[in-house]
Order: sequence, then structure tokens, then C-alpha cells
Amino acid sequence: MNAPKEAGLAERASALQGMGESRLRKEDARFIQGRGNYVDDIRMPGMLHMDIVRSPLAHARIKRINKEQALAIPGVHAVLTAEDLKPLKLHWMPTLAGDVQAVLADEKVHFQMQEVAIVIADDRYIAADAVEAVEVEYEDLPVVIDPYAALAPDAPVLREDLAGKTEGAHGRREHPNHIFTWEAGDAAATEAAFAAAAVTVKARIHYPRVHPCPLETCGCVASFDPVRGELTTYLTSQAPHVVRTVVSLLSGIPESKVRIVSPDIGGGFGNKVGIYPGYVCAIVASIVLGRPVKWIEDRVENISTTAFARDYHMDGEIAATADGRILGLRTHVIADHGAFDACADPTKFPAGLFHICSGSYDIAAAYCQVKGVYTNKAPGGVAYRCSFRVTEAVYLVERMVDILAQKLGLDKAEIRRRNFIRKEQFPYTSPFGFEYDSGDYHTALDKVLAAVDYPALRAEQAATRANPASPTLMGIGLVSFTEVVGAGPSKMCDILGVGMFDSCEIRVHPTGSAIARMGTITQGQGHQTTYAQIIATELGIPSEVIQVEEGDTSTAPYGLGTYGSRSTPVAGAAIALAARKIHAKARKIAAHLLEVGENDLDWEIDRFKVKGDDSRFKTMQDISWAAYHQAPPGLEPGLEAVHYYDPPNFTFPFGIYLCVVDIDRATGETKVRRFLALDDCGTRINPMIIEGQIHGGLTEGFAVAMGQQMPFDAQGNLLGNTLMDYFLPTAVETPKWETDHTVTPSPHHPLGAKGVAESPHVGSIPTFTAAVVDAFAHLGVDNMTMPHNAYRVWQQLRDCGAAL
Amino acid sequence: MSKKIVKVNVNGRVLEKAVEPRMLLVHFLREECNLTGAHIGCETSHCGACTVDIDGRSVKSCTHLAVQCEGAEVLTVEGLAKGGVLHAVQQGFYQEHGLQCGFCTPGMLMRAYRLLQENPDPSEEEVRAGMSGNLCRCTGYQNIVKAVLHAAATLRAARAAAA
Repeated sequence: MNAPKEAGLAERASALQGMGESRLRKEDARFIQGRGNYVDDIRMPGMLHMDIVRSPLAHARIKRINKEQALAIPGVHAVLTAEDLKPLKLHWMPTLAGDVQAVLADEKVHFQMQEVAIVIADDRYIAADAVEAVEVEYEDLPVVIDPYAALAPDAPVLREDLAGKTEGAHGRREHPNHIFTWEAGDAAATEAAFAAAAVTVKARIHYPRVHPCPLETCGCVASFDPVRGELTTYLTSQAPHVVRTVVSLLSGIPESKVRIVSPDIGGGFGNKVGIYPGYVCAIVASIVLGRPVKWIEDRVENISTTAFARDYHMDGEIAATADGRILGLRTHVIADHGAFDACADPTKFPAGLFHICSGSYDIAAAYCQVKGVYTNKAPGGVAYRCSFRVTEAVYLVERMVDILAQKLGLDKAEIRRRNFIRKEQFPYTSPFGFEYDSGDYHTALDKVLAAVDYPALRAEQAATRANPASPTLMGIGLVSFTEVVGAGPSKMCDILGVGMFDSCEIRVHPTGSAIARMGTITQGQGHQTTYAQIIATELGIPSEVIQVEEGDTSTAPYGLGTYGSRSTPVAGAAIALAARKIHAKARKIAAHLLEVGENDLDWEIDRFKVKGDDSRFKTMQDISWAAYHQAPPGLEPGLEAVHYYDPPNFTFPFGIYLCVVDIDRATGETKVRRFLALDDCGTRINPMIIEGQIHGGLTEGFAVAMGQQMPFDAQGNLLGNTLMDYFLPTAVETPKWETDHTVTPSPHHPLGAKGVAESPHVGSIPTFTAAVVDAFAHLGVDNMTMPHNAYRVWQQLRDCGAAL
Repeated sequence: MSKKIVKVNVNGRVLEKAVEPRMLLVHFLREECNLTGAHIGCETSHCGACTVDIDGRSVKSCTHLAVQCEGAEVLTVEGLAKGGVLHAVQQGFYQEHGLQCGFCTPGMLMRAYRLLQENPDPSEEEVRAGMSGNLCRCTGYQNIVKAVLHAAATLRAARAAAA
């Protein structure tokens, strides 16, 4: 008898296209018709073009700069160097990490491709001509590329500007090329655990320098209006509000007269978090010339100068019982930060959230120490599709657990099962002090092992190993990961003193449609689609009529932006709570309209109805109209709310990934036969988008593990800074992905959601390495350094006598 | 630098413009024709974000000069939809979630448009090979492959219905 009513409810709910629906994306219409609005698409009247003169040398003193020939080219408006920026005190700028960075090289260059001068011209072709015409005379200085060599007692001093500064932003500096030493955990307890342990293992794990390399490079269009004294800058930023604050502080222009707009962004992956010299120069040029100035990086500039990631040299150690129960974890890291410490981390954490390195395991004692070091390489140290060094941390612990398993002769699934934090231990306090919110690792592991018939895979591997004529080696990689995302609680996390909250403003219009403005900024994640779904479910307004706007600091509430998987954990919560404020007011209006008490009302999908009487109700549309012309006495008209959400804790998404590879013994080529990713991101808002994010993250992880690297020669030349050399996989190399999920909601998040898009990057990289190494495990190999390209894998085959 | 007159049919409209001989086609389209769909991702022909169709072939417009297009017919992503109706490749990318940040999408669509004329009934492997001149950093290609196969099925059905 209830069936028709139930069907009606389901139809009403489905019409909203709310949470849980694989709603098609609202963003797509413009992108599939060439109507996107990326920064290089923006043109303004009178706009000039900026290009940058860069250093060919990695470490050199600038003897002389001659601008004359460049200035003589028709159409060239200006050539500016550090000397020209000095009177404005803009030749150096503060970094997000508490260091300073040269905007234009001041007397010396510290890395190849460093910014030395800018030229501004009528168009990009003339600007490029002028760059060629600027003459710079250099005197070579000794180059330091190896971070260990940088700490040698007699190493050349790289940062002469810091001479005599023994105190850095993160404590004492022990050497002119030393930036900081940061530690976490309990050194003494860990030492005791190691002293008492039956088994210990130790390994050096190198995580090479890589680059996020989004398809759109960085750039901006700066426009200073000298009459109004206002600066508008369109800029590829994952954090436009922070940029506004920094620009105001640097320029002295009141923040109310600075407008930063992040338009459509062609991928970020951490590359667009930082504030780069190019942005500052374009802004200065616009102020100096009184005209709009556009600067767009080319690909070589992008890979060479803006935002590398990783470059961690990690010495890992594990102490365990003879049956593989982990008692202690310890790691010492040398972190190559390049020439300036421009890492983008919460202020208090110079190594980001690296102390998530105890992973998914219940380990009683742990300690980590990270030493930051200057070298003659570009600055950066961003989180490449991850939350602040979580990728490095997960890589370390997963490698070490495999190494321990191999030493003990234990199966790699079994060692994880023995050491996982158990479901009933949540909330779980890690040895580094994180409070993991929720998890169920054993269930996830069992699900993955069953899906692939793990025993059968191991049996097949044994048979392959037993066959000397086999043309391939077979490897199985199995990884569990726990991320820490959603930075973050402002008691722990800030950037330049601004707490890492995020924000949402929702306005419901009289006719029942709505607009939400956010402090985050989408770069392909589909915020315009998913945020609307949250509001649809919370307020009963169809997502089709909910507009989502982000990125314009003049209209959006202040927020810290989109990176570190923080949009759903932080901004998503802000949306829910802003919507709930509106919901509470809507209830009052409905009660007034229906002439009942608020407690006499039930909420049902898109309406308040009088308890026990289905015929008496007011829909959100009715209520929206009433809010603007017959609000109850004592209640303000209108229906809107703002919420700034300061999360009580991080969220801890997790997953189990499994990869099967076949390695060609003749060529060293690795074929990914199968990859299964099981993710648990808590409550799922749009499964289609989640799956798309996972495919993308896995592919970026595949790129890092199998091919990406930024090698330098001894002179500091970056060997490979175009897409000819820097590996971005095509559709042919990219494996086919299988996905699965479990749902363990976050207990402290208003929606139970944890964030997802970075998990596949964090989790897949150690999985690929584990699979490749596992192929060699029977030959006594327990670790190999990325990237696992064919040549390097072939070298391993040769060294083991396994090459055909 | 002295300019040359180039006469070119872009999306069905004949345009005549004076350009520097060194001007790249992608800049011509974006800055002279106000067609900003084609994007620049690498300047070295690797990424394919600038792919357009010239006289029935897929061309990377970042390494092609505008003056090479004298007398040519150029089709860009802006010319795909006809009379407000999306082309099957556009519909396929939308339905199958074949895009995220959207930056590679115009190039992907233009390549898919040509691929499906070269091979109206491709296998998954043929789609992967046929699209391998276009890079995407967001999707992992899996849904792009689905999108192209979706479009192929739509186009075949339309042809069958017309026959």
C-alpha cells in the first residue's frame, strides 16, 4: 500500500540529483565547445606581453647585464632587472616556508633557468626576440647538486644572502647550506624498541625529484588601474585568496583594492599552489607601465622552474619480532629543497605531514627526522597530487614493510594483516600523535585478495619462477596506505598565519534557485557539479538550479584553496553547515506559514510537512518565496548563510592496491597486467567523479613510478625539461584500471566524507615499485629506485643474471 | 617584420588576414580569429592540446605556420557543433566523463573527430593508438577511450539509420 508513495519519494529525491548520484558534470558544456576561459584566453585592451631572461648556468655571479640591444627592438617597452626592482624592495620576496627567494637574480644565480631579467613588449614574438637580445655576462661558481655533498664542511656556500644567519624559520642552522632539522615522534622509546627487537632492517629509499606537469603551464594577466589604484590579476592559482593577501603585503596596495581571479585552470596537481617570480614581475610591470601585462610560461620554463616535488633521500629502519610484528619505525631524511626554501606546507611543518609515515600499522614507537638542504636546483617541494609529503611517507613505510617481509620470508599480505590497526582501535592515536578518525583495513585487504584470487596469483608466480625458460618475470605488488588530508585544524595548520579553514556562502533566491560561493577553486575536480549535489541533498533544491562560483576573491568568501585533498573535507563541510543554517531558518518560515510549531514539522527530501499530515507541507520553493516577502515577525528577510569551517581534525582516507606485472627478460619492459585499486574515502558524493579522479591519480602514479625523473648533470643542467624527455604516459602505455571501494565514514565530518583525489597517486606509486621489486624478490632483490623504466629494469636483470 | 596575406577557411568562414610569416597557426587561431579552444601545452608537438583539422588531417597547430594554411580548410573545436546540436564526439565525452580540467579536451575532440572518419569502428586498442598523440593529465584515458567508442557507436547508428 505504501509502494506508490515510496516511488514518489524516490522520484523526488532523484530529481534533485543530490549526494550519491553519478551526476554528469555541469562544467563540461563549456569545455567541449572550446568555451573554457583559461588564463591565456584572457585579453585586455592595451595588453602587453612579458617574457623572462633566464640563466643558462646553475651557479654563477652576474658580472654585467646589457639591455640596450633589447630596448632598441621596436615594440619593446621595458627590460627590468633586480636593480630596477630594488627601489621598490621587490627584488626578493618571502616564501611560504619562511625563507626568501630572489624575484630576479640579485648579483648571482642559484639554479639553471633562474629568472634574471624580464622584457615587456607588444606581443609574445617581440618579447621572445628581446629575451634573446639581452646580454648577460656570468662568472662561473662551483655547483652543488648532491644534497649530501652540500653538507660537507668545505662545500661552497650557496646562499650568501644568509651569511651569518644561524637561526632559520624552523630553528638552528648547522651549516651554510642547511635549512632546518625537523623531528617528530619519540627518539628514546624508538631506540629502546630497536635495542630489544629480534629483527631489524634498514634501507636507503630515494624518492627522485619529479614535476607535477599539468597540461596548462602557469601564467597570469596583471592589470593595474593607476586612476583607481586597483590591481586585478587573473592567475593560475590553487589558492587565490592567499595570493591576494601576499600581493597586498608585498605591494602595499590595500587588500580591498587587490582582486585575484583564478579562471578555469588546466590542471594543478600542486604546481599552482606557489607564488612565483613570474607573477610578481608581471604585476610589477603592470604597475610600472600602467597597462595590463600577460605572462605565460612555456613548458621548458614550467618543468625547470615552477614547483618540483619530492627529492627525499630517506634512510628507513624497522624493528620487529621474529614473527613480523613491527615494534619500531625510524627514519632520517635528507630533503633537497633546491636554492630557496619555497615548499608549500603549513607553516609549522617544514616537512609537511611526513610524520604519517607509520602508515596503516599499529606501531608502538616511531621517530622521524628531516633535514632540509640547499642545492643549486630550482625551488619548490610542492605536494604533487598529495597532501604535504604524504606520498613520500607512504612510500617509505610500504617499502620498509616489504623489505621486512622478505627478510622474514613472510607473505606480503600476511605481514600487513599482522600489523594493521584493527577496526576497533579507531579513533587511533599514532606514535606521531595523529588521531586517525576511522578505518577498516582488514576488510579492505580481504576484499582485494579475494577479488584477484591472491593464492592463485602466488601459485602462478611460483610456477613462472620455477621455469628457467620463462620469457618474463612476474611480480605482485600489494600496498596499503593511510593518508592524512583535509588540512587542517587551524590550531595546527596555518599558511602565513592564516588558519587553514575554508568557507562557503549560499544564497537562496526568491524563486528557489541558489548560488554558492566558495573559498576553494576547481582544477578539474568538478566542484561545480559535486558542491551543488551537497546543497541539493541538504536543502532540497535541484542541483540543476544551483550555481557554484569559486576563484574570484572579490566575490568569494576567504578560503585557503584547493590542494592536499582539502576541498571535500574542509569546504565540503562548510557547504553542509552553511546549508544547515539555511535549513534551520527555512524550518522557522515553514512553521510560520503552516501555523504550527517548528517541532511539529518533519523534513522530507525537498519540503517540511506537518507531522502525521501529508497534505500540509511547504516545499523549499514555497519557503524561498516567503523568505523574501512574508518572513515571520522578528526574522530577517532573505535566505542566505555563510559558514567558515575550521575542521576539528584531519581526515584519513585509506586503500588497498594490488598490481601484477610481467617483466620482459630481454628488454626490461614492464607490462602492467592488472591493477586493482580499492579506496575508502568515506561518504561518496558523486561516484562517477570519484572513479574519474582515481583513474587520473593512478595514471599520474604510473608516470612517477615508471618514467618521471628530473636528472641533473654535475654542472646543474636539467637533463630533460620538455615533453620529449619528461614522461607523460599516452593512452597506449597507460594500464587499464579496476576500482573498488568500501565506505567507512569520517565520524567528525558533517557528511562523513574524507577526500579522494590524491589517494590513487599516493597509493599507486609504492604499489608499482612493490610489483617490480617483487618480480626480483626470489633473486635476493628487496629494493629498486624509481623510475622503473625499461633500461633501469634491464640493468637489474643483467645484474641478477636474469637477462635473456 | 613584413606581413603576408593568408586566406583560409576557418569553420566554414573564409578569412583573409595579414600575418607575420613566423606566426604559428595556434596563435593565428587564438589571437587573430578569437578561437581560443585550441590550447598550447608544450610547443613541441607532444601534447596535442592544439590539435585542429586541416583539409581532412589532424594537425598540431603549435608547430604549423599560419601561412602554411593558405587556401586550406581548417576546422576547430568551435566548429564541431552544428546548429546548436553537439557532435557525437562532444556528446560522448560528456556522457562518459571523458574530461576533467578540460585543457586537453578540444585537441582530444578534434583528434577523435578525425580518427572516427579514418576508422569508423575501432577496437579499444585502436582508439588508444589513434589517440596517442594527445596527452591528458587528469583522466587516465579510460573514460576518453569509452567516450570515443560511445561516439563511434552513435555515428554508426546514425549512418545506418540514414542508409
